[in-house]
Amino acid sequence: MSATPETAPVSPGTGGGPLLEVDGLRVGFATEDGRVQAVDGVDFQLEPGEVLAIVGESGSGKSVTAQTLIGLTRSPNSHIEGSVKLNGEELTTLSEAQLQKVRGRQIAMIFQDPMTSMNPVYTVGRQIIEAIRAHDSKVGKRDAHRQAIELLEAVGIPDADRRVDAYPHEFSGGMRQRAMIAMGLALEPSILIADEPTTALDVTIQAQILDLIQDLNRSRGLATILITHDLGVVAEVADRVLVMYGGKVVERGTLTDIFYDPQHPYTWGLLGSLTRLDQPRPHRLPQISGAPPSLLNLPSGCAFRPRCPHEFGKCKEVPGLEARLPEDPNHRDRCWLTAEQKRRLREVEGRIGLEEPRG
Amino acid sequence: MGSDVSGATSTEATTAPSGALLEVTDLVKHFPIKSGLLFDREVDQVRAVDGISFSVDKGETLGLVGESGSGKSTACRAVLQLLKPTSGSVKFEGQEIAGLGRRELRPLRREMQMIFQDPYASLNPRKRVGQIVGDQLKIQKVASGGELRKRVEGLLDRVGLSPEHYNRFPHEFSGGQRQRIGIARALALEPKLVICDEPVSALDVSIQAQIVNLLDDLQDELRLTYVFVAHDIGVVRHISDRIAVMNQGKIVETGPADQVCEHPRDAYTKKLLAAVPIADPRESAARRAERTAAG
Repeated sequence: MSATPETAPVSPGTGGGPLLEVDGLRVGFATEDGRVQAVDGVDFQLEPGEVLAIVGESGSGKSVTAQTLIGLTRSPNSHIEGSVKLNGEELTTLSEAQLQKVRGRQIAMIFQDPMTSMNPVYTVGRQIIEAIRAHDSKVGKRDAHRQAIELLEAVGIPDADRRVDAYPHEFSGGMRQRAMIAMGLALEPSILIADEPTTALDVTIQAQILDLIQDLNRSRGLATILITHDLGVVAEVADRVLVMYGGKVVERGTLTDIFYDPQHPYTWGLLGSLTRLDQPRPHRLPQISGAPPSLLNLPSGCAFRPRCPHEFGKCKEVPGLEARLPEDPNHRDRCWLTAEQKRRLREVEGRIGLEEPRG
Repeated sequence: MGSDVSGATSTEATTAPSGALLEVTDLVKHFPIKSGLLFDREVDQVRAVDGISFSVDKGETLGLVGESGSGKSTACRAVLQLLKPTSGSVKFEGQEIAGLGRRELRPLRREMQMIFQDPYASLNPRKRVGQIVGDQLKIQKVASGGELRKRVEGLLDRVGLSPEHYNRFPHEFSGGQRQRIGIARALALEPKLVICDEPVSALDVSIQAQIVNLLDDLQDELRLTYVFVAHDIGVVRHISDRIAVMNQGKIVETGPADQVCEHPRDAYTKKLLAAVPIADPRESAARRAERTAAG
């Protein structure tokens, strides 16, 4: 890889202000069937040391949002609008070579399936060393090897000095995900993007990985964007939550806002359809009817309208993402119902849920 | 796991009431590991299912939980004789079916069906929905012609699809709809026992609830008996009357669903339950504090 000398290195934290600021992000893809607007106006800020969860189902735009932050969705058929600022510096207009310096060093990303995101023919250690040396060619092989061992130790891999020379297939799923995290941490980034990091893992392993993410978040002040569909995972580690649906953020707030005072009917539906072990089981799960919309053919107005039992005339217009509770300007949602209506409607059989559609 | 495994594995489950639809006793499925230059020699075995016993009553749902590699899926396949068990007995309505030949099994296949995990992989992409659901009616000579079509359309309607979907291909459907096709196929022959192997784990959260509710409704309506296999204990507890917990090829605990989830006795079950995330930030914070305090 021939690195062209960069005149504009990415400056480290300037202090104050958010670490990452996303404003009006829109990502569209031209396909044979027409344009798919995968992300349609997403704004959020990430503070240092914070865990932000982006929750949504497949096709909600959560992964595309995350990938776009580090330029992974750039391609001839994609169309990206809006702004992504890291410490005040715009990322969407950076060249590929400049972005390369952001990736890994400032923002690292780990993926759902740790088996397919590692190269099976290289040892785990070699892949970590490669990451270290690709970004800093001055680090010697021996030093990089030692660093790799330290990183594996830091993410809780026992026997790291031997394990460093093992191949990915010799690792279990949880170990692989730890190794992926180690690789992500190699260049001491300030942000970790974790895209469904535990979805492919067993629950006991999932708990360990979530503990690890939270430890790193606390001990290193690592800001984390956690992409997931699992509200249980969110409850375990997140500080703030964005709920996405049909390419838009439909609700955002603190963990407490989303779980104890949810405002959007889609959020009620998600919470209601959980099978919770800590509660008596309901006779029937309050379900959301229908299926997530196709991004090729989104319903007009509120995208959740066809699945929402509380739909009324006004829903034909797209609601803005607004604070509708006067006491809480940071808790925002996209729904035309008034706060009192919501409080009344979201109670189903004594818990939060979406009532059965009529008829 | 627990030191009491030997006792817990078989004793309590084998004392099944006589009304059992399915009775599995000491079922074993080992896979040989072979090696050798000229002649394959068996050098070791994978003990995928290592002597499990359980019974399922008519109209009941038995949940089978465990992590990947615990032997759940192998157990299902060995019960249905899709894999030949190494040893042990599987009785369906009192009749021993372990070791029966293909031909002898054929009439029994009508009574026992399976729903698979991945609705993308379990439907033949080149067949139309009508064929996928109706083929077995033809093979088993239950219906043909207009009668066949009418029955398939009825089934599609029953699982929440539209009869107009008859001539469509699987790729035209979403994951949840595909799983409905899989369910219609499983129900076509009006089976008594349906084994659901991770039927919702590949689906979106909002769709999972729909499928769980559909399976619940179908059970009430058609008096089906389910063996419901999943790694998600929340879902298993919701749908099951009783739960069996599997670990490393053995059943470590069996009991009524609420009892197993609220008062687990086995160490492994406890560990499994403690790891399930709770969708309640206050509770999960409290539990985390406990966990870190403990070590």
